[in-house]
Amino acid sequence: MDASAIGFYIFAAITVLASLGVVGQRNPMHSVMFLITSFGALAGLYVLLDAPFTAVTQIIIYAGAIMVLFLFVVMLLNVPREEPAPPGLVAALGPRGMKIAVLLSVVLGIEIVWALSRVGLGWFAQDAAATSVSSVALIGGALFTRHAFAFEATSILILVAMVGAVVIARRER
Amino acid sequence: MIPLNYYLILSGILFAIGTSGIFLRRNLITMLLSVEIMLNAVNLTFVAVGRYLGTVDGQIITFFVMTVAAAEAAVGLALVIALFRHRETLSPDAFTALKW
Repeated sequence: MDASAIGFYIFAAITVLASLGVVGQRNPMHSVMFLITSFGALAGLYVLLDAPFTAVTQIIIYAGAIMVLFLFVVMLLNVPREEPAPPGLVAALGPRGMKIAVLLSVVLGIEIVWALSRVGLGWFAQDAAATSVSSVALIGGALFTRHAFAFEATSILILVAMVGAVVIARRER
Repeated sequence: MIPLNYYLILSGILFAIGTSGIFLRRNLITMLLSVEIMLNAVNLTFVAVGRYLGTVDGQIITFFVMTVAAAEAAVGLALVIALFRHRETLSPDAFTALKW
């Protein structure tokens, strides 16, 4: 087993365990911390995939900007406890409803893994031949030529999101 | 070199974990975090497939997904703050006014 395989298993284990930590406990603050850990391990996986630009973007934008936004809101609202379900269908289902939810997720995961593994089989032969494309210049070139329209549309999206966030969160008079 | 299928399976597992978070948690912030897990699972698929096909398109789509995730987090958290101000709770069971 070479170094990249060991790195893959370590980063994959950290990612999965941290994601389970996000889902598995009730304090949103701990969830955010687990998710930052998960994003760090995912950045490691991107490095293993010869995508250093994506790895750096993952750290800066996800772990740096988006998670700070989440942390800010968690601290602002300060609701560490999750409330029990109200009487009705959800409470009647109770722990069994939880089990059904977990079962449905596991079924979904098995379906996705099965479908993806069937798709991926054909590419085993040409794996090694694919050349590494890790250059930031290549990404920038493709971004501003073939994907220029999507890039400009993204700027409109961010403008709309910014205005929308300000309008929605504003205190009404 | 790790086979592509390993990355795809890992991504499928992450997506299922994110879905279970939507099902299990009764806290709007944790549900938004679960959406982020699912977006990251899809990102991993894009980067892995792009790497194995030898193109940069996977990384570029990941770039756009991150941008959309940032916009989604900003608007979603603004909604959470507005809802919390309205009802003093983060439980999705409290916001059923539009439910028939």
